[in-house]
Amino acid sequence: MKKNPVKIIFYTILIGYTLVTLFPFLWALSASFKTYKEITGGGLNIIPKIFTLNAYRRLFLIDENFPRWIVNSIFLSTLGTAINVFLNSLAGYSLARLSFRGKNFIFYLILATIMIPGQVLLIPNYLIVKNLGLLNSYSAVILPSAVNATYIFMMRQFYINFPKQIEEAAALDGLGRFGIFFRIALPVSMPAIATQAVFIFLGFWNEFLKPKLYLTSPQKYPLTVGLQSMMSRYNGITQWDEVMSGSVISLIPILLIYIVLNKYFMKGIRTSAEK
Amino acid sequence: MVNNIFSFLGCWHLGKLNFKGLVFMANKAKRAEAAYGWAFITPALIVIGIFVMTSILYALYLSFHRVNLFTGYMEFVGLNNYKRIFTDSMSKIAFWNTLNFVIVVVPVQTFMSLVIAVVLNAKLKGKLFFRTTYFLPTLTSSAVLTMIFMFIFSLNGPANSIGLKLNLLQEPINFLNNPKFALQVIMAMNIWSTIPFFMTIYIAALQDIPKDIYEAAEVDGANAVQKFFKITVPQVRPITTFVMLMGIIGTFQMFDQAYIFSNGSGGPENSTLTVALLVYRNAFGQNNTMGFATALSIVLSIIIFTISYIAQKLNKSENLY
Repeated sequence: MKKNPVKIIFYTILIGYTLVTLFPFLWALSASFKTYKEITGGGLNIIPKIFTLNAYRRLFLIDENFPRWIVNSIFLSTLGTAINVFLNSLAGYSLARLSFRGKNFIFYLILATIMIPGQVLLIPNYLIVKNLGLLNSYSAVILPSAVNATYIFMMRQFYINFPKQIEEAAALDGLGRFGIFFRIALPVSMPAIATQAVFIFLGFWNEFLKPKLYLTSPQKYPLTVGLQSMMSRYNGITQWDEVMSGSVISLIPILLIYIVLNKYFMKGIRTSAEK
Repeated sequence: MVNNIFSFLGCWHLGKLNFKGLVFMANKAKRAEAAYGWAFITPALIVIGIFVMTSILYALYLSFHRVNLFTGYMEFVGLNNYKRIFTDSMSKIAFWNTLNFVIVVVPVQTFMSLVIAVVLNAKLKGKLFFRTTYFLPTLTSSAVLTMIFMFIFSLNGPANSIGLKLNLLQEPINFLNNPKFALQVIMAMNIWSTIPFFMTIYIAALQDIPKDIYEAAEVDGANAVQKFFKITVPQVRPITTFVMLMGIIGTFQMFDQAYIFSNGSGGPENSTLTVALLVYRNAFGQNNTMGFATALSIVLSIIIFTISYIAQKLNKSENLY
């Protein structure tokens, strides 16, 4: 009985904050089904007076670039994630399991790069990419982010904590190092791989600055840059219905991944604090 | 136990060789292992070597030069780029806006994430639903979030409509084009979108606090507010340092939101011009200012390092008491 006032306050906070969280998304969703006239009319109805799929129809059937942006985003994020996961795991395994001279130095070198703010790398990275002749290509977006020190570190921790015996048994059975890595280490580290994969995918999917900087032709844009370019394409008058339906579409893949792989998101955030 | 059996088996295999062969085999195996070690780490080292290590040195080099991106013209100018940071009127505005942004956003996001984490950690029904819902802003790209917020705060958008309906406003405010409000809209958005991430970190930390501390406090008659400030806050202090560090590093480098909000201009009237945006504009604009931009980014990094270092030190010394 004594706890009731606290409980009431807690539920008020919970429900209040739910509204604060959902309000912008619900408005975006509702605007995406409204007519442009209704959006700019300033009404406060969440349910559209005239329900229309016009904005979506324009994006998918008339706009020549929008469907392409979706494909680009999927391609870029998937390829970037695959390369990252593979290289991070390889490096993590090397640091955890194999002994070679200079290993400690390399480990601290990689660890130190976590501290470096991305801002300072932006300009030199751009010039390097330009000199390599990679401007306006997906390599420019993927290569500089092809490995991630945080996840190399995470994979190293995983392999250090994983019992060695299975690998030793495999070595006795005549499996080489590559065999051990691909047939044993990679499969057992699936949970850790899933954790890094969801965050890397999220990072690529939501990346704005790098594709904006490196990709010059609109046909190559990912969704984030494409949507931003839509905001200003009619001389400063933003077609909110189009922009909001585009935004809703860009959220769908992430929501699906979040629902299916929820536990890996939570695990990933926890390990980030345990560094 | 299992380990012993395997090492025993290993000995038994090697036991069939004579001593010389054994040393030879061991050396060969060692060298092979080292070769694989290097092979496995080389791709990562190449990427980090080029895009981090070389890049930092390159940045230092550029910061002492006058650089034109388009003509490739380069001239040594000593410390001029650094001196300019302290005299340039734009960089003053940018540093002021950024500092303002950090000072408002970091404490608010840290405190609110802790409060919401505490509420979510209590024994309440529907926790999982709330937690899942709260996480949504963290999943969304800052590009899309900015567009949604710009829509909400646009002249005919819901923020103005609600304000008018509740008689809070006499006439709609042009949030997006009014220098008084533009940065505040971005602040609100940034706080709103980072809380879920930090909240999740706090929840994990809260679950590690031993229950008996709270039980003892309850016996002594402590109320909820006292328990929060006397037990929860000190217990999660290391996590608070981490959250604040992440917050400082993130907010000092804020770019996407300011860029999209102002379509790259930093407007209205430079009110959303952050240091990161100024770096971008100087580096990839039409002027010979790429060296100046690099110097700016180096100074920004030094500031981030210094503040992070001080924050960590402060936390450690407090722990001694």
